[in-house]
Amino acid sequence: MEWEIVIGLEVHVQLSTQSKLFSGASTRFGAPPNTQACAIDLAMPGTLPVPNEQAFRYAVMFGLAMNAEISKRSVFERKNYFYPDLPKGYQTTQLAEPIVGAGEIEIHLEDGSSKSVRLHHAHLEEDAGKSLHEDFQGMSGIDLNRAGTPLIEIVSEPDMRSAAEAVAYLRKIHSIVTYLGISDGDMSQGSMRCDANVSVRLKGEEKLGTRTELKNINSFRFVERAIKVEAQRQIDLIEDGGQVVQETRLYDADKNETRSMRSKEVANDYRYFPCPDLLPVELDDDYIEAIRRELPELPDAKSARLAGEYGLSVYDADQLTQERASADFFEAATRQCGQPKLVANWMMGELAALLNRKEIGIEQSPVSATQLAGLIERIVDNTISSKIAKQVFEAIANGEGDADTVIEQRGLKQVSDTGAIEQMVDEVIANSTAQVENYRNADEAKRPKMMGYFVGQIMKASKGQANPQVINKILKDKLDALL
Amino acid sequence: MHQLTIAEIIKGLREKQFSSVEITRHLLERIQQQDARYNSFITVTAEQALAQATAADERLAAGKAPALCGVPIAHKDIFCTRGVRTSCGSRMLDNFVPPYDAAVVEGFERAGAVSLGKTNMDEFAMGSSNESSFYGPVKNPWDTSRVPGGSSGGSAAAVAALLCPGATATDTGGSIRQPAALTNTTGVKPTYGRVSRWGMVAFASSLDQGGPIARTAEDAALMLSVMADVDPRDSTNLQRPAEDFTRDLGQSISGLKIGVPKEYFGEGLDSATGERVQEALREYEKLGAQLVEISLPHTHLAVPAYYVIAPAEASANLSRFDGVRYGYRCENPADLRDLYMRSRGEGFGEEVQRRILVGTYALSAGYYDAYYNKAQQVRRLIKQDFVQAFGQVDVIMGPTAPSPAFALGAKQADPVSMYLEDIYTIAINLAGVPAMSLPCGTVDGLPVGLQIIGNYLDEARMLNVAHQYQRATDWHKASAV
Repeated sequence: MEWEIVIGLEVHVQLSTQSKLFSGASTRFGAPPNTQACAIDLAMPGTLPVPNEQAFRYAVMFGLAMNAEISKRSVFERKNYFYPDLPKGYQTTQLAEPIVGAGEIEIHLEDGSSKSVRLHHAHLEEDAGKSLHEDFQGMSGIDLNRAGTPLIEIVSEPDMRSAAEAVAYLRKIHSIVTYLGISDGDMSQGSMRCDANVSVRLKGEEKLGTRTELKNINSFRFVERAIKVEAQRQIDLIEDGGQVVQETRLYDADKNETRSMRSKEVANDYRYFPCPDLLPVELDDDYIEAIRRELPELPDAKSARLAGEYGLSVYDADQLTQERASADFFEAATRQCGQPKLVANWMMGELAALLNRKEIGIEQSPVSATQLAGLIERIVDNTISSKIAKQVFEAIANGEGDADTVIEQRGLKQVSDTGAIEQMVDEVIANSTAQVENYRNADEAKRPKMMGYFVGQIMKASKGQANPQVINKILKDKLDALL
Repeated sequence: MHQLTIAEIIKGLREKQFSSVEITRHLLERIQQQDARYNSFITVTAEQALAQATAADERLAAGKAPALCGVPIAHKDIFCTRGVRTSCGSRMLDNFVPPYDAAVVEGFERAGAVSLGKTNMDEFAMGSSNESSFYGPVKNPWDTSRVPGGSSGGSAAAVAALLCPGATATDTGGSIRQPAALTNTTGVKPTYGRVSRWGMVAFASSLDQGGPIARTAEDAALMLSVMADVDPRDSTNLQRPAEDFTRDLGQSISGLKIGVPKEYFGEGLDSATGERVQEALREYEKLGAQLVEISLPHTHLAVPAYYVIAPAEASANLSRFDGVRYGYRCENPADLRDLYMRSRGEGFGEEVQRRILVGTYALSAGYYDAYYNKAQQVRRLIKQDFVQAFGQVDVIMGPTAPSPAFALGAKQADPVSMYLEDIYTIAINLAGVPAMSLPCGTVDGLPVGLQIIGNYLDEARMLNVAHQYQRATDWHKASAV
């Protein structure tokens, strides 16, 4: 039997407004507990919400970037449930009339293909606080700093057919919100959170299978693993004659398994109704158009432009533009050294490996765009070889200064002086009588390959600094003279 | 001194007939001596009042006195007062001391008024008799075996008993006008959105509106002038700058068109009460006004629609009282569920719990369309009734309450008969128009209220219409004590 996985994602993105959605309290991350919760966030009696205009601006920016309809009128509703970190006993959110309607985006997959994913809608809502269950001797602590922080919840149609597609979609959302500057998109701090609705069906079947909802998967990697393991669980269950139960499940990253979270989920009745403390928000065309005019260049446009302007492959351009910081890095370095292809190769090679190793983003890169460009300039003008350049790159990453400083201090300048190289060639030939003998007796065709040994010895003698082209020429002349 | 109106106190203070400290001390003594009979105050802030009065006297002496400088008033205990317990008539908030002032309280402070304390009320403003208060019922100064009406019964009784010349109040379905009618005082519910709701503990957000209770329309106008203002903290505020609501007092009402809705004089109205209202209408004719019979055809749907919408909003508004952050918390909760169940079960009284249950039911899946949505449709029809009526007439008049004050306990066992107390006032909240109640005679020695309903934002005219009646009659001068 061939199975098809069907995935829809609900992505919560924390908007990087200065203050909360309905109060003036700060949204800064990492403050001591309950120092950023004002009377409104604490739901003190008689306090009232006032909408944050910046949150609407951000939501409209997002909608426009998703090619979505922007609602001229949106309405906040109350979603009622009791929980200690939900101070009002309801969450203020949007349901029937969300700010962003249906839309569509293109996602790019690793095999170079693209696919369109439909957006069902996106709405504005406030975040809850945090319940802390450790360190309180069996009691729970509540931190309301996060309570009231603005979120947009982005709900896709069930258009994704593999974990890889889900990740590509999530990366695209991440890329759009960070390009727009409406969120830092930091999944580790909860600025972007993802719930996945997963179901399976036999290929060719039109009816959707029963879905489960995977809650709060907090990294790209876990999204992929959680979906895979949950889809497999469902397939195994059905193949063993069982049935999937509609429920919320939690992904346990340590055990790489999902498990049921709440069995009474179905019984929840949130009793939504329009919030009488807030009026419907009405936006006019001028407001929306003004925001449209101020939109920054978005990933797809930037990728196309880089491919065209700098002659990059579509794949390279896509990779480099996935994050705005990466695209900015590329453009800054290229502007300086004029070598787009080399910059791209270094960014996707050495730099990517370095960042991966250190588990940091390009924003924290220990090698700046200026430093990378400086390094490339020294390769292009033959001051150093590509091989030495890797050594210089590591030194820059270790904080030894820029390329020129490292080359100078470590004495890594490439030797192109034919006299010096000639001397090294002579020495190596003199010390390699057996290899020289072999070379002389070898077939004409095999000789070029055999030169590698001599080149290696000479590079070693020069500590890698000898210009390989110069070595090659002198060496060949000298060896051929011995024939 | 306790018989003086606010207008007279302002004059007396400026003419140095007495000081603010003198009148404040006098009223504090009266409250101390007499309020045990009425139970109209929950908290008396004597020390703070005298400090405010002292400061007011200094400003008066310096000739820098704002509008109500030195005038003692009281606040309904629904308005948050910084540093002073704000209970909302509930055990739930018996220990609650707000760190902020309500916008209305700020308005009176800016105007230099002196606050004597916080008045009793039905718990969370839910009730029409002031019997649901955690602090015990308020008694009607006209007959202490009877109710003063509610929910602003404490404010109305304090004004009627001459413990203060005016008090703030709130009106969600009649909570200013019905107690005003039952205590021979003048109470105004402004247009929805006129007075900021910031710091006013919410009952039903789309209906709640603050307003004054005083002894004359002029005093009510003076108070409203410091209550109604722009407030960006309240999204439903109309953001209209402060106005002088006394500006039209003294205008002739000759040619005024008074709409008399036939639905307000039908079954359910006590006949003697109806007669007093008819007499008042004839008085208006004498003053040159013209009576026009009108119809507000959806009046009969107001009470049912209100008792869906108000409890629905209340059920969510009162969810914040969960025993977690402030207010009442049960002792030794076993777990979270127990904390919620007992804190709310013990902290809320019966009527509040009834309305939370009704509201929760009305919003539940499967019932939402039949109740909440339907009630919202009815609300639009009721609003339309008023819009059409004000196409023909300048003001609308009728009774405020169907009968005079009833005996304590008489309607407690029957919530529906209690709900019908507000049959003539509720539609006004649903529509959002302004309305007021003023004294128009008595039945068996008990006061009867005339209700005047104005068009949207037409409070100044409405107040003058009341003022002209009070210039021609003495009903409002009749005193309970």
